[in-house]
Amino acid sequence: MKPGVTIDFNKPVIEIEDLWKSFGTNHVLKGFNLTLHQGENIAVMGKSGSGKSVLIKCIIGLLTIDKGKLTVLGRSVPEINHKELDELRTDVGFQFQGSALYDSMTVRENLEFPLRRHREKLKGIPVNDLVVESLENVGLAHAVDMMPEELSGGMKKRVALARTLIMRPKIILYDEPTSGLDPVTGKEISLLINEIQERFQTAAIVITHDLGCAKITSDRMIILHDGINYTESTYSELNQSTDEPVKAFFT
Amino acid sequence: MLDRMKVYFFETGQMSLFGWRFIKEFLLPPYELKELLRQCYLIGNKSLGLVGATGFIMGIVLTLQTRPTLVEFGAESWIPSMVGIAIVREIGPVLTALICAGKIGSGIGAELASMKVTEQIDAMEVSGTNPFKYLVITRVTACIIMLPVLVVFSDIISLSGSALVEFLKGKVTFQLYISNVFTYLQFSDLIPSITKAFFFGFAIGIVGCYKGFTSKKGTEGVGRTANSAVVISSMLVFVLDFIAVLITDIFYDL
Repeated sequence: MKPGVTIDFNKPVIEIEDLWKSFGTNHVLKGFNLTLHQGENIAVMGKSGSGKSVLIKCIIGLLTIDKGKLTVLGRSVPEINHKELDELRTDVGFQFQGSALYDSMTVRENLEFPLRRHREKLKGIPVNDLVVESLENVGLAHAVDMMPEELSGGMKKRVALARTLIMRPKIILYDEPTSGLDPVTGKEISLLINEIQERFQTAAIVITHDLGCAKITSDRMIILHDGINYTESTYSELNQSTDEPVKAFFT
Repeated sequence: MLDRMKVYFFETGQMSLFGWRFIKEFLLPPYELKELLRQCYLIGNKSLGLVGATGFIMGIVLTLQTRPTLVEFGAESWIPSMVGIAIVREIGPVLTALICAGKIGSGIGAELASMKVTEQIDAMEVSGTNPFKYLVITRVTACIIMLPVLVVFSDIISLSGSALVEFLKGKVTFQLYISNVFTYLQFSDLIPSITKAFFFGFAIGIVGCYKGFTSKKGTEGVGRTANSAVVISSMLVFVLDFIAVLITDIFYDL
């Protein structure tokens, strides 16, 4: 376990059992299982098109599942209505692969955007304080009035992370947080993910192709292969595996 | 051929449902007034130059083209009323709508398609904002509000262009020109024109938003979306104009 991190194995925050998701005849997830505990970071690796992003989009309710059980913070995602889903989403942050910053808004407006509908959760704290605090958490307080087009790839990822953090989520879903970044910036982002886990005791699922990112961020790793959680263990144990599909990721 | 027909009817059905969803959700809270005002500014203010320039040219060209024939028949004094009626009833609304279909329709389509490709629409949904309310209702409503304003603006500029030609060629003063225009032009001519503009605005907004929202094939799809938004909304402008003229004709006959 990473220093400074406390994982409560008695408190599952995400429980997935026998999850199925298809697009037409393309069966992407075929009975996937996962349990994420409070304070734990799980890295999910798999080939392109194996359904990693589909998995976290199902968790956040952007995609509906075909079959199975999907519980997030004690609430069954397929069964809750739109209003309850919106409330749930204030506790679950989503970091998009391409950052997904709103092009027409400044960094400040990007960060203020999630607060428009969910101000009651953080009532009493001035918006400006929340914005500044979130940007300070990712080391970008000076970028508050910049436009997304003025930011580098790494800065965009950090701002997107600040936008996620502003709602003070309990769970964060990272969709390829280091994709498109150079190794140095990628490592900085990976360390930032750990820092957030340690400081806010968040649980996270990190979807990644980047072995370095998985090594730094994961408390546990899952290999998603052929629509199922093919195997799961720590990074170091999987790195020693002699199983061909697992070895393929580490060589 | 059958497959293409199927796709065509499916697309038409989906677009109609999209339009119906706008009508259903239009009055329901939450209201995105700030974004609506921003869109009104973008759609209205930023189209003024283009609409004004084309309107002015159209007024000049129309007067220059009709003048020789009417002069030959000694009907020179009919130019203001004839040009006025043509501009207010038909040319102003249709020309403005076509320009807006090109500028606004393609802009909305490309913007939303690009937002979809870069997952900004998903990010909006995840942050608890209804993207349909925030992006579609505001843009379509802004089109519905601003199109009639732009049409009236275009009419005024076109008549100014026409008046300028009459002043230079026929020594007709601006006051006399306007007086002649309003001798024959009735308030009832303005109502169908403005009503048409509302529907043109609705069609341009809905097509642009629908195409953007349903854009596929990544960045390549952004260009295609902008293109098809212009083609479909321009065609819809003519279809709606045809229907409007038929309906207006019935009222004139009564």
